[in-house]
Amino acid sequence: MIKFIFRRLLMMIPVLIGVSFVIFSMLYFAPGDAADVILGDLATPEDKQLFRAEHGLDKPFLVQYFNYMKGVVTEGDLGTSYVTRQPVTIEIMERFPATLQLSAMSVFLAVVIGVTVGIISATRQYSFIDHLATSLSMIGVSMPNFWQGMMLIIIFSVALRWFPPSGFSTPMHWVLPAVTVGTNASANIMRMTRSSMLEIIRQDYIRTARAKGQTEAVVIWKHALKNALIPIITVVGLSFGRLLGGAVLTESIFSIAGVGKLMVDAIKLKNFPMVQGGVLFIAFVMSIVNLVVDVLYSFADPRIRSMYTRPRTRKAATAKEAA
Amino acid sequence: MSDTILEIKDLVVHYVTDRTTVRAVNGISISLERGESLGLVGETGAGKTTTALSIMQLIPDPPGRIVSGEIRYEGEDLVAMSPARKREIRGNQVSMIFQDPMTALNPVLTVGDQIAEVVRLHQKISRAKATVKAQEMLELVGIPGERYPEYPHQFSGGMKQRVVIAMALACDPKLLIADEPTTALDVTIQDQVLDLIEKLMTGSGTSLILITHDLGVVAEICQKAAIMYAGEIVEYGTLPHIYQNTQHPYTVGLFGSVPNLNEDVDRLRPIKGLMPDPTEVPAGCVFAPRCPEASAECSAAPAPVVEVEPGHFVKCHKRRGGGSK
Repeated sequence: MIKFIFRRLLMMIPVLIGVSFVIFSMLYFAPGDAADVILGDLATPEDKQLFRAEHGLDKPFLVQYFNYMKGVVTEGDLGTSYVTRQPVTIEIMERFPATLQLSAMSVFLAVVIGVTVGIISATRQYSFIDHLATSLSMIGVSMPNFWQGMMLIIIFSVALRWFPPSGFSTPMHWVLPAVTVGTNASANIMRMTRSSMLEIIRQDYIRTARAKGQTEAVVIWKHALKNALIPIITVVGLSFGRLLGGAVLTESIFSIAGVGKLMVDAIKLKNFPMVQGGVLFIAFVMSIVNLVVDVLYSFADPRIRSMYTRPRTRKAATAKEAA
Repeated sequence: MSDTILEIKDLVVHYVTDRTTVRAVNGISISLERGESLGLVGETGAGKTTTALSIMQLIPDPPGRIVSGEIRYEGEDLVAMSPARKREIRGNQVSMIFQDPMTALNPVLTVGDQIAEVVRLHQKISRAKATVKAQEMLELVGIPGERYPEYPHQFSGGMKQRVVIAMALACDPKLLIADEPTTALDVTIQDQVLDLIEKLMTGSGTSLILITHDLGVVAEICQKAAIMYAGEIVEYGTLPHIYQNTQHPYTVGLFGSVPNLNEDVDRLRPIKGLMPDPTEVPAGCVFAPRCPEASAECSAAPAPVVEVEPGHFVKCHKRRGGGSK
């Protein structure tokens, strides 16, 4: 298993190089000059020239890319923000905890609600509760985040005054953003859980479990759920990975200083090093999440696990032979 | 307590969907003594598995429903029983070997845990003791006990079926239902599995219902046989009744379609025609459309059950005169 994880970590290298190259080229060839944006209209051509030289922007494309990657690999240096003159790495790391916290809370909420409702829905297919849950999940999936966020603010902050409308400092501040982001994810997870469970509970081994005299609760939550986990893990992983890249709109609406907001501001200001660093960071996080998802698969399903690890008995047998 | 362990009376099971009603089982009656084994024989779709699932009270509902009839296990009606009492009996006193071992085991749980689960459910013993018991059961069916922590995908089909058998026998059931235990296996393994079931049954006092479409298997293992056709039992009796004094034209046809080693035949002699669509069961005798002896009377009214000799029942218009009733 450790070998597998190590191999997967190695495989992340080409992915990240690819991502960095693509984003670097896109920003290089994008119209607009950072010097114009940063220095403003009043800057003289000499000032601009100086700015470009200072940031190495006058060098050929591949040289620029190579220098950039050298910094990334040797020092973990993603460049310096044009705006704040701070290292990009530090800026991202300052913002990341808020994003991580928001994502973790939303996904936790989404998993608890999504899996529970999904299972209830599947075990009572076509009942009133199933129709209700399915309709609500449709609304949950199709409701835009920004609209929902604003509605929650209007209802719970402005009208009822239960929760503060912006910021992310105390637990009271966490509720509305987590609900906003979690709604979408929980609707997705619920739909996936429902369809996955519907397929599993018709399997023969579920009937076998019932034939043993097992209670319905154990049949569903142990025998069936464990088999239904793979697609659920996939959806949860995808949601979590996406959220770690920053819930852009939600962070903007609730004025949360997260990665998403950082990226949007950077794009608006043509703060290229910030954008590059941010994208690379998101790609990195996404790869890690995918790796975690793959490892979780093997915990959920022994058939997948056996592809990565040698079966115990065979190992024992060879050991015996050797002795 | 009488010696009858299981008595099914006029069981009717339908699968009801929006458009159609599948009449899977139409008024069958079976009675089984303690330690006795009954072969339930019939073509695919004759209602054998539905009968078995009714006894287990595992008819998928919806769409399946037991419309009427009683299933008395040791005098208690399983149909009317509380779910909790059903669970006490299931897996413990009545257990079932399922048709397809490839899908009957949970792929994400170890085989040992799956056997230990049934033991722990019905016997108040510790986890450690249940593990030991599960390993004993594995050994009993010829699988090394060390393979307890392995998963179903690490076993071959025949071994999976052994695991399923171990699971079914773990609590020493009083009634075992084996639903085509060998159909999914290749011929050599079939024989091994049947030998195993036979070996485990002898001397245990367990009653057996063996579902099969193989008359040879029934002759080998069972004392009684019930021939099912289109949801009905068309002939029912002891092995000598069925094999030596075959009465029902369908049973005659079944024996006729078995190739005879002493004869030189080029072609098999199948029963002509197909089993009726269970959504449109014929009004008269269900076998009339395929019956070589059928007359107008046969398609007019359902066939009566005739006791042609004590304990030998035939559901046929034509046997009325010859019967003792």
